Amino acid sequence: MSHPKLNQYTPVKYSKIYSLGAARGDLVVTNDDVAGAIDSSDEWIRQRTGIITRRRASKDLSLMDMAVMASNEAIQKAGIDPSEIGAVLFSTITHPHQTPSAAALLADKIGANPAPAFDISAACAGYCYGIAQADALVRSGMAKYVLVIGGEKLSDFIDPTDRTISFLLGDGAGAAIVGPADEPGIAPTVWGSDGSHWDAVGMTASLLELRDGTAQWPTLTQEGQTVFRWAVWEMAKVAKQALEVAGIKAEDLSALVTHQANMRIIDELAKQLKLDESVVIARDIVYTGNTSAASVPLAMHALLESGEVKSGGLALQIGFGAGLAFGAQVVVLP
Amino acid sequence: MALSQSEVLAGLAEIVNEETGIAAEAVQLEKSFTDDLDIDSISMMTIVVNAEDKFSVKIPDEEVKNLLTVGDAVNFITNAQG
Repeated sequence: MSHPKLNQYTPVKYSKIYSLGAARGDLVVTNDDVAGAIDSSDEWIRQRTGIITRRRASKDLSLMDMAVMASNEAIQKAGIDPSEIGAVLFSTITHPHQTPSAAALLADKIGANPAPAFDISAACAGYCYGIAQADALVRSGMAKYVLVIGGEKLSDFIDPTDRTISFLLGDGAGAAIVGPADEPGIAPTVWGSDGSHWDAVGMTASLLELRDGTAQWPTLTQEGQTVFRWAVWEMAKVAKQALEVAGIKAEDLSALVTHQANMRIIDELAKQLKLDESVVIARDIVYTGNTSAASVPLAMHALLESGEVKSGGLALQIGFGAGLAFGAQVVVLP
Repeated sequence: MALSQSEVLAGLAEIVNEETGIAAEAVQLEKSFTDDLDIDSISMMTIVVNAEDKFSVKIPDEEVKNLLTVGDAVNFITNAQG
């Protein structure tokens, strides 16, 4: 049966990150504030995690509030009109509604209505998953500009007495505008998942168990040793693959921006990659804590704001966490 | 060729020293990793991965929690060498 030939999108050759935006929780939570409930100390937490403070949001500052702040900064810095945004991708595990999505509400709040909008559930890998999809959407011609958000209010899902992960966690949102470019600004993504470790990082219970009264409010928990081994030695392989598919060497990097999980993971991962001393390693975890999907854009934003890295340099960004899920790509710093 | 128990102990002591700075001679069979050597779970995992490389053995995550003393680790590695 013959039919008229279907039109296709007009692809563009390259994409890049135009800008970043950041918002952190309004409360500075010290180690002393969290140590009592886990029978620990400031010194123990600093030594084992590198964290000095974590930023958490007060009751009146919602995940959406932080996402709007970060998005508005990114939009303003990109110099685009929000109506030009062709898709909104919101990576989060702490949007408190099963449906509708956080992304649709965010799109409306920032003036991007009626852009297609959806959430990404890939935990600490979520932002890098978002950049991968934004890159594809822009280069395929499906969207001119894409807003990628990694945002979390993890403090709504912690148990102060949990020694596995809660004391690491903070709240914040990081945003990026991805759009068309004359030169390659986002290299191919190395991403994937390993559901055989589905329960290595996750929640203490499901919502159904909560409904049935067989569990308390679900909070985050992890098997630290399993996650540490995977995060360092498996992610070192992923990071090396990301360099290889980008066609660059470690010495070409200006910065390494990993998910800010724990300073010892960051340090060990950097050691495995045998980076030159000239490569700046993002350590936003020290004062922000682990903010899951928000941690990579917040850490990159901090490096740019402090002047430690310059726009135009190359950064390897890598997110990894619950799923297990991982995503890594080399990008040109906005 | 499989290494003897004392060779494994010497190799493991070297790894522990590199990771923690603890003198190799302090790493003895009866010492507990946590109580005597004050090695935390993250350092323990780094030691395990380096031991896997050095001795060409696999030490599964679920086995790591059973390795309470240096002797437990030495025995596991010696047997795992086949």
